[in-house]
Amino acid sequence: MARIELKSLAHRYDSSRKGKSGFSIEDLNIAWEDGTANALLGPSGCGKTTLLNIISGLITPTSGSVLFDDAIVNDRPTRDRHIAQVFQFPVVYDTMTVFDNLAFPLRNQKNGEIEIESRVAEIMELLELTPLAKTKAGHLNPAEKQIVSLGRGIVRKDTVAVLLDEPLTVIDPILKLDLRRKLRQVQQELKLTMIYVTHDQHEALTFADHVTIVRDGSIVQSATPEELFLRPKTPFVGYFIGSPGMNTLRCESTIDGFKIVGSSLAIANRAGNLSGVLDLGIRPEFVVTSPEEMPGWNRLKIRAIEHAGAYQVLTLESGALEIKARVGDDTATSEGDFVWVDFPSDKTNLYVDGELAIL
Amino acid sequence: MRQRPWLFLLPTLILMSISAFIPLMAVINYSLHTIFAGSAPEFVGLQNYADVMSDAQFRGALIRQLTFSLMALLIEIPLGVAIALCLPRKGSGVGLSLVLLGVPLLIPYNVVGIVWRLFTQSDIGVIPRILSLVGYDYNVSLNATDAFFTILLVDVWHWTPLVVLLAYAGLQAIPQTFYQAAEVDGASTWKTFRYVTLPKLRPVLTLGLLIRFMDSFKVYSEPLLLTGGGPGNATTFMSLFVARKAEAYELGYAGASSIIYLYVVIVMSYILFQFINRSSEERHR
Repeated sequence: MARIELKSLAHRYDSSRKGKSGFSIEDLNIAWEDGTANALLGPSGCGKTTLLNIISGLITPTSGSVLFDDAIVNDRPTRDRHIAQVFQFPVVYDTMTVFDNLAFPLRNQKNGEIEIESRVAEIMELLELTPLAKTKAGHLNPAEKQIVSLGRGIVRKDTVAVLLDEPLTVIDPILKLDLRRKLRQVQQELKLTMIYVTHDQHEALTFADHVTIVRDGSIVQSATPEELFLRPKTPFVGYFIGSPGMNTLRCESTIDGFKIVGSSLAIANRAGNLSGVLDLGIRPEFVVTSPEEMPGWNRLKIRAIEHAGAYQVLTLESGALEIKARVGDDTATSEGDFVWVDFPSDKTNLYVDGELAIL
Repeated sequence: MRQRPWLFLLPTLILMSISAFIPLMAVINYSLHTIFAGSAPEFVGLQNYADVMSDAQFRGALIRQLTFSLMALLIEIPLGVAIALCLPRKGSGVGLSLVLLGVPLLIPYNVVGIVWRLFTQSDIGVIPRILSLVGYDYNVSLNATDAFFTILLVDVWHWTPLVVLLAYAGLQAIPQTFYQAAEVDGASTWKTFRYVTLPKLRPVLTLGLLIRFMDSFKVYSEPLLLTGGGPGNATTFMSLFVARKAEAYELGYAGASSIIYLYVVIVMSYILFQFINRSSEERHR
């Protein structure tokens, strides 16, 4: 396995397509440490798959460099990069048995049959594929096929990294959890460098130690799941991560604090030196509500309630303003009621010009 | 109302009996009689079948036919796949290539026969002219081998495009990721073809095989117009043989050979059909 780094990478498919400047990936810098589980998270069409294909060499970037363990590999063809790739739709060699599928990359490298047999047996054991060794790969279910294609990737000892491109898309919901657990387990056991591409925040946050948020071909934030949750670098990340996403409230500074634009709500100043227009971000989980009047809190009307089992999501309004709050299911509320709301200062993030303000 | 389903089937049954069942019965009826113009048909049982089976000419035509069909398949299927692989996958060349390839398929059978007759005519044809440059004395009306292979060439020219179109459609349906995976796995071009392309093409190729087998077994107008079945019987294939017998007003005999001919086609097609079923079952299990 290896450390993978992308340096000032840019890629353009067609100058007339995508984005103002025609780039699908623009001036991107990132490094994935050796042996870590990483996720690339972003909405569809943000350039995630392009990025993977650049790493594996299926696409040559317009500019910038790809480095494996500090060596530039731009000119190295795909077959010599030793990248394992698992695609969105399971790719197996239908006419071959599971064993032959796993042996295929090794045979292509002209390894000895005895060596191949022991290595394949080892991988099959790890992936719990041994009982299926003699089954034709075309007869497997999609989840098993995905495991086989993962196996084909990691069977070579010189594999540099495993790239997974939305590998759970076509898997039954029941098997999804299983497969994700298995991926994670294999990653930890073999200390694989894994890059997992997905548009599903839940998959990304539960799978990876390190999540990179991509939007329009550039990196918005790269951090641990916890950090992404608590300190999203932009309102976009805050909204994209979490369910429901972070509330972003446009504020204007006043003499003794802030006024939320579009309402009469006021917040005591805690931003110290910040002034002018800024955005206040608070997660629905951290919005505190009370049915009784509290000093300094704001009064909002409950417009809608969504019950989600253990919790409920309140949509609160005041004028044109709308705020989501996630509260326990034991909170007795009904639509049309008024509640008093507070935004605890240690749980709010302030954004100036769309960037997290460091206080 | 158990009769109702049958009521709905009635139009189909009527159409089928007009188009297939009644003619077939008539042919079977002929095949059991000796028929002479002007006299009442005489029932002879299976005598005609016995005659046909022991007829060296019939056996010759059948073997010739099987050889012809087998050779046509062996050439057309691989050639069709090879051409399909060479065609551009996208861009402006696609439409043009497909249209040009489709041209032979659009030409009526009799025109095909006449055009190739002109090509092969020993005094004015382009083929004898070209072959004479390399010192080969080509003559369809004298040389049995020339005649046989000329009909084969016409069939290949006429029908390979069909295989190309089928294979091309099959190729387009293979997701690109399969090729990317093969590349990642370090597979050679041959291995990629062998383990990705070919297995994915199998369903369309079996279909092509079946269609081409049944069609080539019915080859008629080409030998009729080009060689008239000759020289000797070198290009007298099954259809032509049966037609000749019917023309000679040996209706009983022609009927019996038609039925045997039909039987051979059905049996061979059944074998191929089983082959398709098995391969599709394998994919869906």
